[in-house]
Amino acid sequence: MTDTTQAPAPRNQWWDVWDQYKTHKGALVGAVFFLTIILAVIFGPWLWGIDATHIDIRARNQGPSMAHPMGTDQLGRDTFARMMAGGRVSLAVGLTAMALALGLGTLVGVLAGYFKKLDGVLMRTTDLFLALPLLPLLLVIIMLFRDKLNAAFGPEGGIFILMVAAIGATSWMQTARIVRGDVLAIKEREFVLAARSIGTPNRRMITRHVLPNVMSPIMVSATLGIANAIITESALSFLGLGFPPDFPTWGRLLFDSVDYLQQYPERVMWPGLAISLTVLSVNYMGDGLRDALDPKIRGR
Amino acid sequence: MFTFTIRRLILTVPTLLFISFVIFMIVKLSPSDPTGNLPLTIPSEVREQIREALGVNKPLIVQYGLWLKQFFWLEPRIYLEHAFGWDMGTAGEVRLISYQTRSPVMELIMQRMPQTLMVVGTAYLVGTLIALPIGIISAYKQYSVFDQLGTLVSMIGFSVPPFFSGVLVIVLFSVMIPSDSFFWLPSIYDTTHEVTDWESFKYQFRQMIMPVMVLALQITAQISRFTRASMLDNLNQDYVRTARAKGLKEQTVVLVHVLRNSMIPVVTVIALGIPSIFGGAIITEQVFKVNGLGQLLIIAIQGGDVPTVQTLTFIFAILIVLFNLIADVLYGILDPRIRYD
Repeated sequence: MTDTTQAPAPRNQWWDVWDQYKTHKGALVGAVFFLTIILAVIFGPWLWGIDATHIDIRARNQGPSMAHPMGTDQLGRDTFARMMAGGRVSLAVGLTAMALALGLGTLVGVLAGYFKKLDGVLMRTTDLFLALPLLPLLLVIIMLFRDKLNAAFGPEGGIFILMVAAIGATSWMQTARIVRGDVLAIKEREFVLAARSIGTPNRRMITRHVLPNVMSPIMVSATLGIANAIITESALSFLGLGFPPDFPTWGRLLFDSVDYLQQYPERVMWPGLAISLTVLSVNYMGDGLRDALDPKIRGR
Repeated sequence: MFTFTIRRLILTVPTLLFISFVIFMIVKLSPSDPTGNLPLTIPSEVREQIREALGVNKPLIVQYGLWLKQFFWLEPRIYLEHAFGWDMGTAGEVRLISYQTRSPVMELIMQRMPQTLMVVGTAYLVGTLIALPIGIISAYKQYSVFDQLGTLVSMIGFSVPPFFSGVLVIVLFSVMIPSDSFFWLPSIYDTTHEVTDWESFKYQFRQMIMPVMVLALQITAQISRFTRASMLDNLNQDYVRTARAKGLKEQTVVLVHVLRNSMIPVVTVIALGIPSIFGGAIITEQVFKVNGLGQLLIIAIQGGDVPTVQTLTFIFAILIVLFNLIADVLYGILDPRIRYD
């Protein structure tokens, strides 16, 4: 005989998170759009026959057609292929820089929150970093160290490393502050006391008890980090300080199209829309995640 | 409150020293050579003499000290001399000279400052004035159509970077609309334009619309979200119920009781946002060809003009530290609960 009043089968908390996430329409649409973009830039260039660097000078400056859905540029390169190749770089920079900033921010935040001795030093450092003028400094760093890294890693590899390192090193502070605050609160909870009373070493304390409990702010700041990194990379490319001209990124494509604003105003739309919609979708994902990961909201 | 302000003021000194040192080291340790852009026909010993004259062969700590002295001691005195006609004995001293233009860096900055202040200042004012009502109404009518619309607009403000929104409005108002139409707007900001009569004022107004609106969109997005959140925090407080129970008009409850309390964090956010706007203005200035500070920075970076880059970046940093201080002090003044002493 089955007991009908029995509680539902225990299930992973991430299913609850997903249930709540689903109710946020914008977040759902954003996630679908973001996944589509990622799949398109990964597999698109393989499926689309035309290479992003293929020059067909007789077909230059064409409008959208069946052969070239987004038209061609002043050298007859297919804009659709360039958009996909550019998206690959922009998203790669965004995701890698976000991962770096997140790692750095989490490390600093956990150390500062968990070890009282380190708190003062690390948080003063964070405050100092917050007082740095980031965009001017990024411009300076990119301009000054570009040539050296290009010589060491090749023009694309060098600027990629520089871009990711510079963006990562200048955007970890918010994550660090949020994580520190949460770690400070969690440290006072009973389960941490219980764990300490059975002699858990600090290392395992952090990895088993503290880190899983600060996952939600980290995930939310991850989405904000992607958005921030994509915008920063595009801004640098737009100012002419990003990747080399024959190496498309969304920001670079926008920058190149501005020269043809009078004749072909539609050309700035593709990269601009791609950047804006990607960032918009990521921001909506962050919004949905924030609600979904907050147990106070999830219960309702 | 006074001791707190003094303590904070003293604390900014090491902060500024540290930041100036970081900026100095980044610029100095970079592999770029100030004589790198000179023609290759210059013999190496002459090149060495040029380097000597630029002072780049001295020990780093001497160069750093010299820069600090020029920035904090010499330049303020020269400024005072200009402003009040005093003689402060600066005649024979060496000012910080730009590699590119051979004129004092501070003079370059002073020339560029009004344009940036004009555009950025107006944008900040307009953005804030739009944001506050949006935030207040969004919070009061939470989840209404207006609120949803406000959320969407601020999401767009967060997501559309200024280099796209700027180009977009240029396409719309300068390219698509014929130039004799009433709605046509100039895409290039003419900084030599002087306002003398009504016609020239109208032109000034028209050329400011696009850069100001592009910057204001970003500002509105942030501040309206923040106002909404802060209003929502206060609307459910007990004192609001008390005010309503007393029979106060709804208008008084919202606009006097709730608004005054909600403004406390908003005011500090507005203060904190001012320096970041100068950074964001770099891109907007580039899009609309405003020859302000941002454009000066870009030119200086591209030309390897170390003194200008160093000084400009440091000025941006000073702004951030200064407005952080202002925000902290304002918070204490506005909210007696958070006085730190």
